[in-house]
Amino acid sequence: MFESGAFRKVVLLGLLAAVWEGYGRWLANPLLFPTFSNTVIALISSIASGQLLRAVSFTITLLLKGYVAGLILAGLLTAFASATRIGADFLEILTAMFNPLPSIALLPIALIWFGLGDNSVIFVLIHAVLWAVALNTYAGFRAVSSTLRMVGQNYGLSTVGYITRILVPAAFPSILTGLKVGWAFAWRTLIAAELVFGVSSGSGGLGWYIFENKNQLLIPNVFAGLLTVILLGLIVENVIFKTIENATVRRWGMQM
Amino acid sequence: MSLLSVDGITLQYRTGKHSFTAAYRVSFSVKDGDRFIILGPSGCGKSSILKAIGGYLKPVEGKILLNGKHIDSPGPDRVFVFQEFDQLLPWKTVRDNIVFALTASHKFARREAEQRAATFIEKVDLTKFAGSYPHTLSGGMKQRVAIARAMAMGPEILLMDEPFAALDALTRAKMQDELLQLCVESNFTVLFVTHSIPEAIRLGTRILLLSPQPGRVKAEVESEGADPARIHEMLFDGDMKGGNMHV
Repeated sequence: MFESGAFRKVVLLGLLAAVWEGYGRWLANPLLFPTFSNTVIALISSIASGQLLRAVSFTITLLLKGYVAGLILAGLLTAFASATRIGADFLEILTAMFNPLPSIALLPIALIWFGLGDNSVIFVLIHAVLWAVALNTYAGFRAVSSTLRMVGQNYGLSTVGYITRILVPAAFPSILTGLKVGWAFAWRTLIAAELVFGVSSGSGGLGWYIFENKNQLLIPNVFAGLLTVILLGLIVENVIFKTIENATVRRWGMQM
Repeated sequence: MSLLSVDGITLQYRTGKHSFTAAYRVSFSVKDGDRFIILGPSGCGKSSILKAIGGYLKPVEGKILLNGKHIDSPGPDRVFVFQEFDQLLPWKTVRDNIVFALTASHKFARREAEQRAATFIEKVDLTKFAGSYPHTLSGGMKQRVAIARAMAMGPEILLMDEPFAALDALTRAKMQDELLQLCVESNFTVLFVTHSIPEAIRLGTRILLLSPQPGRVKAEVESEGADPARIHEMLFDGDMKGGNMHV
């Protein structure tokens, strides 16, 4: 049984929970560090009251808006870059400039431009997604081998058919990497934006849930919120993206 | 009348200010049912000539006619088989690679394409692997799929660019026999590029000899009863320095 990686990891997780529980009990200060059992109870009761699920659905909705908008813009930018030389230069300059800039650094200025609320957050989310996806997609298109290109042209496909049926699947490993990196950036950015600035105060996302519970000194709830952030991140990265990866690039023997 | 006529084509590549002439005023014609071999050492522009016929490269002078029509872009009437193993679409199974080629080129409707794919997969003896993805196949199997795909498309002419060059010697010999049998069976017209004299004699009905840099026509010979040493001599004007020729 110890040969199975999943089993070993479950054992380690159990150990970590035990250490957490032990330290919490020894410290006996729920305001600083609640026990694991208290956190789980807080998590369950927050879920039962619907408070946490509302926060999660708010956060995910916002995230999807920003993510999709970012993907559309990345698609346009990549198309422009692939079609013209000036477009390629444009993409290179923009990604070189903006990729190193953490999106959260744009939030203060976004607040001035778009005011408190969803639009500012969507703006920084687009920034988080756009460059990673555009850069990877463009690199993927460029790396499509000349043999595959010639094979595609040999079939007499239309330009649109050639792009969607040859170039996109051929570049898919890179595109998927871009999607994953973009998602990771967006997720971290969104929680930070909600948390630090309380931008979406009143409407309340997951970051806001953590922030507000801290203000009310409901520390087990804060931990429950953090746990939720971790769980959601794990689900998206290790379940959703993993499934896509197994059904596509792994199956095709194209993983990088 | 000839199926394909190549009339005095010169092919050049430009890189910045420099231009490099790959082939100079090359003429030949291929008749229906020919297995026409273009033979020459590396750098004689033979692949470039094939690319020009494929429509990927425009000649700076001369013209190429297929059935009397000018060739100016790639099309499914001239199907390529490349040397590289990555010519199959990795995201499609063996069967789907062929079906896609047939339907995307609007040559066949879906149902007919599927039947045709099955027939040609059978011909290259890969029925067991029809549902496999290309990355699970060996190099020789991939080339067989590529050949099956090209033949299934039913082109006017098959353009083969050293399809067996990256294979081991045993597989290569086997593939040559298989290709020969398939061509004879279904009377395909093939234009085959190679740098191997034995391969040329084995596969071809007629052989065009090219000299290197830039490629020019040296001679055209019938492969029936051709003598390898004589061909080598003709290619290099008796100059035995042609080191990269396989005799």
